[in-house]
Amino acid sequence: MSKIRQILPKTREDKELLDGLRQGDNSVISYIYKTCYPSVSHLITGNKGTEDEAKDIFQEAVMVLYDKVTHENFELSSKLSTFLYAVCRRLWLKQLNKRQNSMGTSDSEGMEIADVESDIQIHIEKENEFAKMDSAMNQLGEPCQTILRDFYIKNKSMNEICEKFGYTNADNAKTQKYKCLQRLKKLFFDQKSDYQ
Amino acid sequence: MRQHEFLELADRYLTGQMSPQEREEFELLCNQDEQLNSLYVSHVDFIETMRRHEARAEFKNQLSETVKEQASEAIIIRMWKKLKINAVAAAAVAVFSSLATLYATGYFSTLRRANSDYSALKREINNVKRNVNAHQNAIKNINKENTTAQAPLQYGATGFMLTKDGYVVTNFHVVSGADSIHLQNNKGNTFKASIIYVDSEKDLAILHISDSSFTAQSANIPYTFKRQNIDLGEGIYTIGYPRDEAVYGEGYLSSSTGYSGDTTAYQISVPVNPGNSGGPVLDKSGNIIGIISGKQKGLDGAAFAIKTKALIETLNRIPEESLKGNIVLNNKNSLSNLPRTEQIKKLQDYIYMVKVY
Repeated sequence: MSKIRQILPKTREDKELLDGLRQGDNSVISYIYKTCYPSVSHLITGNKGTEDEAKDIFQEAVMVLYDKVTHENFELSSKLSTFLYAVCRRLWLKQLNKRQNSMGTSDSEGMEIADVESDIQIHIEKENEFAKMDSAMNQLGEPCQTILRDFYIKNKSMNEICEKFGYTNADNAKTQKYKCLQRLKKLFFDQKSDYQ
Repeated sequence: MRQHEFLELADRYLTGQMSPQEREEFELLCNQDEQLNSLYVSHVDFIETMRRHEARAEFKNQLSETVKEQASEAIIIRMWKKLKINAVAAAAVAVFSSLATLYATGYFSTLRRANSDYSALKREINNVKRNVNAHQNAIKNINKENTTAQAPLQYGATGFMLTKDGYVVTNFHVVSGADSIHLQNNKGNTFKASIIYVDSEKDLAILHISDSSFTAQSANIPYTFKRQNIDLGEGIYTIGYPRDEAVYGEGYLSSSTGYSGDTTAYQISVPVNPGNSGGPVLDKSGNIIGIISGKQKGLDGAAFAIKTKALIETLNRIPEESLKGNIVLNNKNSLSNLPRTEQIKKLQDYIYMVKVY
């Protein structure tokens, strides 16, 4: 029995998959790709899309899912595959509309279409925020970027950073870190007002 | 307290570098000072945003890596997807056209006997003459519009009486497609006959003499019908009409099954020719054991006879309403003690040449 289980492709529970997504588990990503991508590809290539466009849409849909999963009050009301399919469909419709090609798509039958509009909205907001942070980080330049990353994200100690960047003492490094953070904040929040 | 120093404290607090005492002091500080507290909250918030951003970027990267990795998987699958419709259509056309060709060439209608080396033994009496006439007519009338009707194709075979009141059995392949059927006895009298029942599976046809000039014979038919299988090697004989005279043929039972293992027939080794179809096969004491139906091409002495048992089964299956009086088979054999030549003399009156137009 245990042997059979090893041989058979593992079907995973949605809950397990979501936890994996939250932690950025690579095997979960490829599992989702394998199980959900074919129907999406079918949908898009069957509706005036190419394989590459299908991949882009699929990636974006997974990002929508990721944003939903990492959002605080998270709740997945339908099956994961259904959700992804619905998101892809919605995204692709939007893209078609942009091309002023507003024709209905033909779905694979029997797929229940969840209401995904709000999820996509959240995703768009996150994407904006993400873009802002990205450009703020880029404008910040080196060595500030690395100092902040090392300290706040990789949780390195001030002493390590001090050695790495050749500061004479930890206090200098701390001052540098403070200045960098202030600059980043300024860049980030200034942009925010730009957008609004 | 300056912002710089406070944030340094906050960082230490967040990274857990403070001793419990320091932590308490820091918390107290935050609680007391509204401004510092909001500074702390916004700091934590911002750090959190940064972290989320980093994790998200990482995830996005991984995702696109995964998608790229999987991409190369499927060139063949993609091609198959694109060409699937074409392939299916091509296959459908191929199947359809081959079936249509087979149908058009009459493969299905002759499936049972054809592509085989089985040949039914009916005699095409005027076949050659008819073909020659047709050619001559065609040549004569080559410039004329209307062509004269051809003489209908005529077949000959054998049949024999089942009962004295006019039931006769022959092969189905003899009478299939017949316009009219005539039976001619050895004295040259001809009677018109009608088809009562045909069994195309067993290749049997039951006829009834419908001619008014036919009178039921006073004497019972001399032979009986033997339903049991007879043994290999048993001597048998037949009388038939491969030509316009009755022809006697003698041989033995060579196998208990017929063509390609058909259990409703025997294989017999008796010289038979086109026209022998429907002739009776008798054993040495004058019991009917079968009805000649055909032979195997290119194989010497392999003729086939339908077993009497199959004949009885067919008779039992005739619906009541199509009968003109019951078929009661004779069960008294008056041939058994006679020498062969006497048997034949008696038999001849009951064996007919079947002419089909």
